[in-house]
Amino acid sequence: MTRLLLVIAGGLIGAPLRYIADRAVQARHDSLFPWGTFSVNVVGSLILGFLVGASSALPHDVQLLVGTGFCGALTTYSTFSYETIRLYEDRARFLAVANVTASIVAGLGSVFLGAAVSQAIWS
Amino acid sequence: MPRGPVDSDVDLRVDGRAQRAYDPVILGAIAAGGAIGAAARYLVGLGWPTPPGGFPVSTLVINVVGCGLIGILMVLVTDVLTRQRLLRPFLGTGVLGGFTTFSTYAVDIQQLVTGRHAGIALLYLATTVLGALLAVRATVSATRALITWRTR
Repeated sequence: MTRLLLVIAGGLIGAPLRYIADRAVQARHDSLFPWGTFSVNVVGSLILGFLVGASSALPHDVQLLVGTGFCGALTTYSTFSYETIRLYEDRARFLAVANVTASIVAGLGSVFLGAAVSQAIWS
Repeated sequence: MPRGPVDSDVDLRVDGRAQRAYDPVILGAIAAGGAIGAAARYLVGLGWPTPPGGFPVSTLVINVVGCGLIGILMVLVTDVLTRQRLLRPFLGTGVLGGFTTFSTYAVDIQQLVTGRHAGIALLYLATTVLGALLAVRATVSATRALITWRTR
């Protein structure tokens, strides 16, 4: 039960932070490319990569609160997919393909980077 | 033909810059939804764990189901329930955004690659993207068709 509450607490913070960050990024970039969602997904992947790399050093409760709860809610697959389909339907097909490619490449790169950093710190 | 926002979480073109940037009611709805979505994702993962080196079926299903639901929701809020101000923040940005996850998807792939399961990693990478995009496309089309049929 305590574990579920930790996940809930993380989700309670992560989801509105995605909205606030998305809004802040969009207000600065007047482009069709969904930079807001792209940014939160990359940052969330970086943090989760760091946590996973430090899994032996950090308590499981931190993983649940920050990893499963916060990073899970900060990042989103539904918005990412919906945006991609909307770009595709609006004939911005290059941007749709670019969004998928860039999100996956940058998201994966962030996970590897985050894990490498935490392993360098704790090993 | 553009219909509704591109970004289902925030679209300043649609929401308008005049709207208060940080409406506490909207933020509260998103937070409550995010908590519910994250808890549901955690419970699905507990009941359906992925063994080390195994194909992360539960995360794939969570992400594809969440994508199917956002397709239905977005057509409903842009075409039918246009006056429900909190529906999209609560269900779309909150519940579905909190339920689906990009970070776990990326970490799943990294774990499979570092555990020398590159084949499974690639299969998981591709099936999630294709499944998620097809789910959105299918539910958006089906919901639009259903609305057109009902209002004919």
